[in-house]
Amino acid sequence: MAFGPYFLLASLEGLVTAAVLSLMALGLSLVFGVMRVVNVAHGEFYMLGAVLAWWFSTLVGGHPAVGFLLALVLSPLVVAAIAFVAERLVLSRLKYEPEATIVATIGLLYIVQQLALTFYGPEARPVEAPFNYRISLPWFGYSAYKLAVIGFSILMMIATWFVLTRTKIGLVMRATQFDRETAQAFGIPVGRVYAGVFALGAGLAAVAAVLIVPIQQAHYLMGHDPLLLSFIVVIIGGLGSLRGTVVAAVLIGLSDGIISMFFSPTLAKMLATLAVAMVLVFRPQGLFGTVAR
Amino acid sequence: MSENRKLQMNSASGVSRRTTLKGLGAAAGLIAAPGFVRYGQAQSSEPIRIGFQCHRTGIGAAYGRWYERTTTAAAKRINDAGGINGRPLEIVIEDDGTDPKRGAEVVEKFANQHKVDLVYGTLFSHVVVGSAPAAGELKIPYYVVSEGYHVASGKLNRYCVQPGITDVKAQARSMAPWIADNLGKKVTLVYPDYAFGHDHRDFFTPAIEAQGGQVVAKVPIPPTETSFTRYFPQIPSETEVIYHVMVGPAVLTFVKEMGEFFGNSGPKLFGFIDSLEAVDIKSPGLEFLEGSHFWEGMPRYAQPDQADYVTAYREAVGIDENGASTQDAKDVSTAAHMFGCWETLNIIKAAMEACDYKGTDDRAAMIEATEAMTDMEAGADHPQGKKRFNGKTHQVFGEQSISQVVDGKLKVVHRTSIEDGAYEPEADYTAMSF
Amino acid sequence: MPGRAEGGVTRAMANRIKLTPSAKSLALHAGVVLLLLALNFLLPEYHRGVFARVLVLAVFAMGYNLAFGYTGLLSLGHAMFFAAGLYGAGLTVYHLEWSVWPAFAAGLAAGTGLALVVGFLALRTTGVAFMIVTLMFAQVFYLTTLYFTTYTRGEEGLVLPQSSRVLAFPGGALNLSDPSTRYLVALTLFTLVLTVILFLVRAPFGRSLVAIRENDERMRMLGYNVFANKLASVVLSGLFCAASGAAYAVLFGYVGSGFAAIQYSILPLLWVLVGGAATTLGPLIGTLFMFYVIDTASSYTTAHLLVVGLVLIGVILFFPKGIAGTVRGRWLPWLP
Repeated sequence: MAFGPYFLLASLEGLVTAAVLSLMALGLSLVFGVMRVVNVAHGEFYMLGAVLAWWFSTLVGGHPAVGFLLALVLSPLVVAAIAFVAERLVLSRLKYEPEATIVATIGLLYIVQQLALTFYGPEARPVEAPFNYRISLPWFGYSAYKLAVIGFSILMMIATWFVLTRTKIGLVMRATQFDRETAQAFGIPVGRVYAGVFALGAGLAAVAAVLIVPIQQAHYLMGHDPLLLSFIVVIIGGLGSLRGTVVAAVLIGLSDGIISMFFSPTLAKMLATLAVAMVLVFRPQGLFGTVAR
Repeated sequence: MSENRKLQMNSASGVSRRTTLKGLGAAAGLIAAPGFVRYGQAQSSEPIRIGFQCHRTGIGAAYGRWYERTTTAAAKRINDAGGINGRPLEIVIEDDGTDPKRGAEVVEKFANQHKVDLVYGTLFSHVVVGSAPAAGELKIPYYVVSEGYHVASGKLNRYCVQPGITDVKAQARSMAPWIADNLGKKVTLVYPDYAFGHDHRDFFTPAIEAQGGQVVAKVPIPPTETSFTRYFPQIPSETEVIYHVMVGPAVLTFVKEMGEFFGNSGPKLFGFIDSLEAVDIKSPGLEFLEGSHFWEGMPRYAQPDQADYVTAYREAVGIDENGASTQDAKDVSTAAHMFGCWETLNIIKAAMEACDYKGTDDRAAMIEATEAMTDMEAGADHPQGKKRFNGKTHQVFGEQSISQVVDGKLKVVHRTSIEDGAYEPEADYTAMSF
Repeated sequence: MPGRAEGGVTRAMANRIKLTPSAKSLALHAGVVLLLLALNFLLPEYHRGVFARVLVLAVFAMGYNLAFGYTGLLSLGHAMFFAAGLYGAGLTVYHLEWSVWPAFAAGLAAGTGLALVVGFLALRTTGVAFMIVTLMFAQVFYLTTLYFTTYTRGEEGLVLPQSSRVLAFPGGALNLSDPSTRYLVALTLFTLVLTVILFLVRAPFGRSLVAIRENDERMRMLGYNVFANKLASVVLSGLFCAASGAAYAVLFGYVGSGFAAIQYSILPLLWVLVGGAATTLGPLIGTLFMFYVIDTASSYTTAHLLVVGLVLIGVILFFPKGIAGTVRGRWLPWLP
């Protein structure tokens, strides 16, 4: 394939990765930023979102879009509810002690994984895309659904940005993130805010999962790699910076895609990872982060 | 029957066979105490215990579930027919988490805590290789059902055998003639960038060259990858056949993205069904696989001309004509591999009977009895087909199926011969000490 | 992280700082080692094997604890140091047919060298950024072991022949695949590292590490070279982890890239947190505890991950500072 079309393909692929990644990372960034909690179970919420999407989509017959839309609405809600309960039952009792919460979320990871394995099974199962259209370019074919994922993800990001910066909920969240004690002193119910943030973060991961599941498929171990990538995105972007998260996701998606044009795949992956690590080595606060207080 | 009982008591007491036999005869004649007889019976029906190293969790769980079902069915059949040497078979299951470290621990647990007669049933190569040192140190037979090239490579030890399923080297080699004759001679390989994939690359390449073919490109894919489209441009346009083998949860994505990328205009596809084991061929997104070909160890879909023993096997294991569970049509089996469990258990039975296995002291004799095996005829014990075991490499050779996707089902179009896959032994375990 | 400051430090400050472990703590540690020695002869065969493995992995956890528990460096990349030791020893035995001593040394050198480079780069960052940088370096290391599958056999790994796993001495040789020998060698390594750490944390170097963890700004103002101290901690931590990896290779005879994967970076973190961060015996307790939770749960239920998860949450609710850490906080303030 000629360089031009190849470059186009690599960029498209990078953007799809970035779209899904930034949604998932946004959820992690909220939890990480507001609650200062390293949520190792974030990948499992993503997996749960995908598994539930499969389940919801099998509940209804008819056009695949019906099942998909049902999943897109319900799956994040269920996942958010589960996260809310987990936060109230466990994390709040640990008083958000950073180290204890790592252990607790690892425990949560095991529990969710086992439940998925027991009730959903070890197989990979796909969900039918709401529409199946293959765009035939002169050089290669490309899934129209993938482009739709990019679009939808942008919409979700804008919505989240709006909530965070233009609404009272967002204000409360930002205040809690900035200074927990003062927020409490001003009558903000910090505990409830935390539970809400945790649920919202999990819900965003589930949205990302529902979007990805027609491209990939639901599998009980699928949360692993996206978890690592979204941690990387959050920190490279700069903790607490929505803009940074998006830019970092695009950077990682594109560099992954484009570097793979020039080297054998594994070597490309190594070089891309190393390059991104070096960004952090020379800019420890991340791309858009401020120097830690 | 009473002779049999006496013999078994012997080995349990550890006294030399001849003296006890005499003593026993005398004892039985003189004091026929009821308690004593009961003891004898208990000994004779003492089960033979097999430790089944099962992938219940981890990446191999989809296989593990079906390996377990097949094992249960095979053990039931053996027990219904009177067990092994008159003793019932008992399967003890431990989960290895599809992890090589845990695998070694599980072998130790089987040998030292459960005190089983042998360990059996592992699929994933890294668990086999990780567990092999423990099996060798504990001198416990280790019958794997893995299709890896590890056993035949000679790098393991004398206690490791793979008699029920062919290895990747034989599989890859035996595909080459048919691919060159029917699909094309210019092949691009797409494979995971680790040992399993490298084995395919290293064994298929010379085989296709021997057929006058050529590998025009190699695309190794890192196992952490979840999307693949960006690698497809590396497939040269002169490619006539894409030979693909991927494993792990992302495989479906791989096949699907390949379809989107090439549409109907691309090269011919030849894949190893490993990518789609436990996955419904009629899944959304796999439509484009129609017409492409797959290697299958044993056919997933019931074939019109299948032998009665194949039907019986499928019934016993509990799979319907589509290769899915008879309980749940969405629960698709790993038919291309799991037959290995059935056959391996039957070989274990045959080996134990050949060496008149009594207890753990006979473990070496059992390995020797296995090494002495050669041809195995197709039949109820070997439903996948006839096999030829090589005692030196501890590896079995057999026939393979090549199937085409027709109307969303796999239809066998060719069956390779044992000779297509056979290769010269590269090791000799029989020269190693126990 | 305030509140983790050792009760012992303040009290010791009051009556002049002692730079060696107290008699009580020396006696406790000697007792633990003697108990472990006795267990070699008392434990049933299976559990002796388990303990041998746990002792080797506890060294990994102790190495991790030095960086994380004492110095406050939350790394998610320590699998690379363990794996460097593993491969350093394993590949030299397998391909170059080195004997165990030089191979073990090669493992140590590989791990220490890697820790030096990684530490030098990663310590430019702090906090979560350090966590992510180490995670990414470890990911690169993991991919490297796969990239060179020709030599490493990637995920499938290599078996080191039993004949090569022999520890030669001037007066004879130890067969490392013998269960009792293996146990005693593992215990020796464990005791060695435990002793070093026990004395280290009392020594000026160890105390400066804890002080850096509590407030590195203040240490900087007091004229300490914070970077050099942290780097020394990472390198020493890498050395211990590599020792564990190299020992694992020659004692258990298997080398595979699974040990370089992210799980093996999370596991030592988990072992240390469950056992008690910044405690000398916590890593052993955590490693042992986690092994038996999994082993026991999987004997009773096929859904054992569920049990493991519940136990973890239960433990951390009742022992928020890990088992040894909470025991120290509530009952035994002198515990090192």
